[in-house]
Amino acid sequence: MFLKTNWWKAGAVLLLIYTAIAGLLMPVPRLAILNESIRNLYFHVPMWFGMTIILATSVYYSIRYLRTPTPQLDILSHESAKTGIYMGIVGLATGSIWARYTWGTWWTNDPKLNGAAIAMLIYGAYLVLRSSFQDEQQRARISAIYNIFAFAAAMPLFFILPRLTDSLHPGAGGNPAFAKYDLDSNMRLVFYPAVISWTLLAFWITQVACRFAFLKLKVYEKQLA
Amino acid sequence: MKNSLRNAVLLLAVLLLPVMRALAQVPATDTPEMADTLRQNGKIYVVVAVIAVVLTGLLVYLISLDRKIGRLERELKD
Repeated sequence: MFLKTNWWKAGAVLLLIYTAIAGLLMPVPRLAILNESIRNLYFHVPMWFGMTIILATSVYYSIRYLRTPTPQLDILSHESAKTGIYMGIVGLATGSIWARYTWGTWWTNDPKLNGAAIAMLIYGAYLVLRSSFQDEQQRARISAIYNIFAFAAAMPLFFILPRLTDSLHPGAGGNPAFAKYDLDSNMRLVFYPAVISWTLLAFWITQVACRFAFLKLKVYEKQLA
Repeated sequence: MKNSLRNAVLLLAVLLLPVMRALAQVPATDTPEMADTLRQNGKIYVVVAVIAVVLTGLLVYLISLDRKIGRLERELKD
């Protein structure tokens, strides 16, 4: 279950405000082509970090659902996956904007970009699959199984296949991501808090959505009783 | 409550202190173009303030949703 305490939410608020302010004000390396847009690192990349962590959480609840089927575990898995999908869509959109002003195009047929797009489509199919069942137990069981498959298919598309070929995107094709800019200690000071804060925000939103779904479940159960 | 608010403000101040070094950044010639003018005339703080306000607004909304659901949970407990 999600943490019952609230201190981590305060941490998320503080770190998010810090990310927004320091992300714009802290010194960054002066690099050609990227120029000031290097600051997108604090906003675009954490979306993918957060997405990966929250989708892994979703798989964790799916596996637990398959071991002990309860509607609560299905809700936790479903809401986590939904937050992950939102973050992935935001990641694709922000990446596309960044590409327009550094690579000169909204989209290229780059293995990293296409891999991410296919992975998002796989997760889109998860939502379609879920909505196609009438029976709740059937829906929960089959979508839990599909969720595990989707994670196993999406992760290589995000992180392994693009590294096997040439790619424009940092962190692909033997390209060492932003490691050489990350080595700039000023950027690390913002980048790590940014990853933590956006991930915490994803968990927070998921927790609120789950609690709402639990309440709905409770009300339905009361009406049936 | 007052104490925790003061602690939060202090923590944020500690986190943001290194930002002061941004002011010491010297615009150099012959290097890739950066938004040096925007920083020199201080307009960057307008952008930072606007983003901070928008973010704070969204977070306040999320906190209020969280509290509303918490209240509903307590109501439905019995």
